[in-house]
Amino acid sequence: MRFNFTEEQDALRREIKDFLEKEWGEEARRRAEEAGDMASDHSPSFHQKLARRKLLALNWPKEYGGRGWTPIEMAIFNEELGYYGVLSNCYRNTMIIGSAICHFGTDEQKKKYLPDLAAGRKLFCIGYTEPNAGSDLASLETTAAEDGDEYVVNGVKVFNTGGHIADYCWLATRTDPDAPKHKGITVFMVDLKSPGISIRPLYNVADGHGQSELVFQDVRVPKENIVGGRNRGWYLIAKALDIERINTGVRARHQRVLEELVEYCKETKRNGIPLIKDPLVRQQIVQLCTEAKAARLIAYKVIYQQSKGEIPDVSASMAKLSGGELSQKIAYLGMQLLGLRSIIHGSSKWSAMEGKLEYMVRETIPHTVGAGTSEIQRTVIAGRGFGLPRG
Amino acid sequence: MDYGFSEAQELLRASVKEFMVNEAPLAHVREMEENSTGFAPGLWRKLAQLDWIGLDYPEKYAGLDGSFLDVAVVMEEMGRALFPSPYFASAILGGHTVLAAGNDNQKEDLLPKVVRGETILTLALTEPSGSYEASGVETTATAASGGGHVLNGTKLLVPFAHVADRLIVVARSDGQGTAETSISLFLVDPKAAGVTITPLRIISGEKQSEVGLQNVKVAAADLLGTLGGGWPVVGDVLDKAKVAMSAEMVGGSQAALEMTLNYVKNRIQFGGPIGRFQAIQHRLADLATDIESARWLAYEAAWEISEGQPASAAASMAKAFISDVYVRMGRAAVQFHGGYGYMKEFDVQFYFRRAKASEAILGDQYANRELAAQQMGL
Ligand SMILES: Cc1cc2nc3c(=O)[nH]c(=O)nc-3n(C[C@H](O)[C@H](O)[C@H](O)COP(=O)(O)OP(=O)(O)OC[C@H]3O[C@@H](n4cnc5c(N)ncnc54)[C@H](O)[C@@H]3O)c2cc1C
Repeated sequence: MRFNFTEEQDALRREIKDFLEKEWGEEARRRAEEAGDMASDHSPSFHQKLARRKLLALNWPKEYGGRGWTPIEMAIFNEELGYYGVLSNCYRNTMIIGSAICHFGTDEQKKKYLPDLAAGRKLFCIGYTEPNAGSDLASLETTAAEDGDEYVVNGVKVFNTGGHIADYCWLATRTDPDAPKHKGITVFMVDLKSPGISIRPLYNVADGHGQSELVFQDVRVPKENIVGGRNRGWYLIAKALDIERINTGVRARHQRVLEELVEYCKETKRNGIPLIKDPLVRQQIVQLCTEAKAARLIAYKVIYQQSKGEIPDVSASMAKLSGGELSQKIAYLGMQLLGLRSIIHGSSKWSAMEGKLEYMVRETIPHTVGAGTSEIQRTVIAGRGFGLPRG
Repeated sequence: MDYGFSEAQELLRASVKEFMVNEAPLAHVREMEENSTGFAPGLWRKLAQLDWIGLDYPEKYAGLDGSFLDVAVVMEEMGRALFPSPYFASAILGGHTVLAAGNDNQKEDLLPKVVRGETILTLALTEPSGSYEASGVETTATAASGGGHVLNGTKLLVPFAHVADRLIVVARSDGQGTAETSISLFLVDPKAAGVTITPLRIISGEKQSEVGLQNVKVAAADLLGTLGGGWPVVGDVLDKAKVAMSAEMVGGSQAALEMTLNYVKNRIQFGGPIGRFQAIQHRLADLATDIESARWLAYEAAWEISEGQPASAAASMAKAFISDVYVRMGRAAVQFHGGYGYMKEFDVQFYFRRAKASEAILGDQYANRELAAQQMGL
């Protein structure tokens, strides 16, 4: 057993840190903000900078232009992107979708999509969730009916992150209405410029436009855009979700806020004594640091298992559950520690810690919802892990 | 990065597990709780023959030269079985104190016998104040005219003192220094004049005692380490003890979880197993996640110790975290057994009681979080 990284991995982390310190400082962030790049949690210019440094396709096999990195190197990369707050949809595009194409795509599909993804020229969004199919995703109703060499798609998808800036949708549809729920689902790659698609923006509590609603009306999709085989969609979705649950970047971003919170408590006096000398504050801070340490340990356990080619289903749920809940605990406790001024937006000179905590309280709402809610993770642990029956 | 145990460690775990299943089922725990010795000398000898007492001791003291991770593995499996034995008192608390502070004579004299299970050591640290800090040590060691010292004081909750061959008494040897620099360690024969040992009845049923010291004479040769140099040694041993105990508590929590899972799968109410209710599923899923967190906190701390890295913060964090989790698991375990959880003839209450004792021993979650805060420079 060993909890440190190899020398190569440490060097890699330093290299990424150096790159991000230089290229993505507060300066870059401000510039991006002014240029309106921020609207979607995605900076196209920086995304392409990552592409030019050949940092987008890291985990793909070498023959597809990747570097063949293992999940451990990927986790390091993601941690640093998260720690520095880089805005790029690379996680979804190259790590989730790109990896799935490498794994399940046909040769033609690989040739068509992978180079564009690696170069940061094209973006995907994920179209799983529907108004009537959230946690119970397998009951999705968007239909794809075969018609000659094409399928005709009809339905509504909600909460597509990056839907409004994407070129393609990774779309889950029902192709066999008579089969059991999980067995009639097919994944298509749909060109979002196809006639019949309309997009409505959804604005979130964190004042961002990250998600959209996509409406499909008689949208014609060529057969060759099916990924992984007709009616095999559930299998692809489950695989991709296993990756999505272990996003070390999110946790690293919150780790950084926690570090800043500790500094704030050292510097800020209340009734003449530094906050950090208050016995209750010390208890709470150490508890959060311990939980953060544990969440990182479990996440790396899952990543380690993935790097060995094992399928870590229940551990992944545990990592998702503890990581998501922790984000909110940091945010809620953080705001309490900052006191009255915690409620002031970061744009005001009166804000505490630049309003990061009140932002985090808003921004972490989806961390216990997306990629399977906390309740669903608990149900997975109880069902798949413990073998308990469904209620 | 390597989240796996070595083959030897896996084998060790499997052997300890098998030993516990065959030799020490919960019926044994029940029996030992009622018997005044509190452990089975025959099993203790077997443990020694299997080389499990001296896993991390140097070869020259009959040990296996293994790592502290091996100790964590054994403690976890012992914790799962709630195995009653002097392992923690003797091999961890007592033996490691001698290993860290003893001179060559003391080590050669005591350690091989500890490792072979022939000598039982224990550490007499805590007092009626319940403190684990240097300032809590009020027992005095006064220099005697003809050399050596005279001890006076009361030690409380000394594990396995009632069967120990030697006590290591932590005492204040000098009124001059600070709380930390005036503490010394003494090897004391429990049969010496002035020593009284009174077993205490504690919530977990484990055997711990009050040790009275009234004008107890100790020879100069029985000073362990330097005069006034005792506290850093105790600090170091407490770190190791916390990690070992955290692993033990992880094992106990896991066993309580499994016992409860088994129960909720089989207990039928409202026409089906109660485990189908989410109120039960989600609480257990949270606990399983917390136990998994605690497990890796303990392993990482054990790894730091085996690498010779400073492990105080990690040890305190691990102990704080599992203290909270074990108690919550213990409560859920009895809760989900309904009325049966309250009945002594059911086994689940053993974990509940052990959790409450283990929470308090070596500092509870609040004390250990405060220690971690200090270690983190807060
Ligand atoms: C910021 C954000 C980004 C997203 N990005 C995408 C995206 O890119 N692509 C995409 O397809 N989707 C995306 N989603 C959708 C997300 O996956 C869903 O919101 C999520 O799966 C929950 O579905 P729902 O919102 O319909 O809630 P519901 O499923 O209706 O759940 C409502 C509540 O009921 C609880 N609940 C449901 N079932 C059970 C049960 N069996 N037991 C106990 N409790 C239960 C839930 O835990 C939750 O608390 C995104 C969501 C957010 C917030």
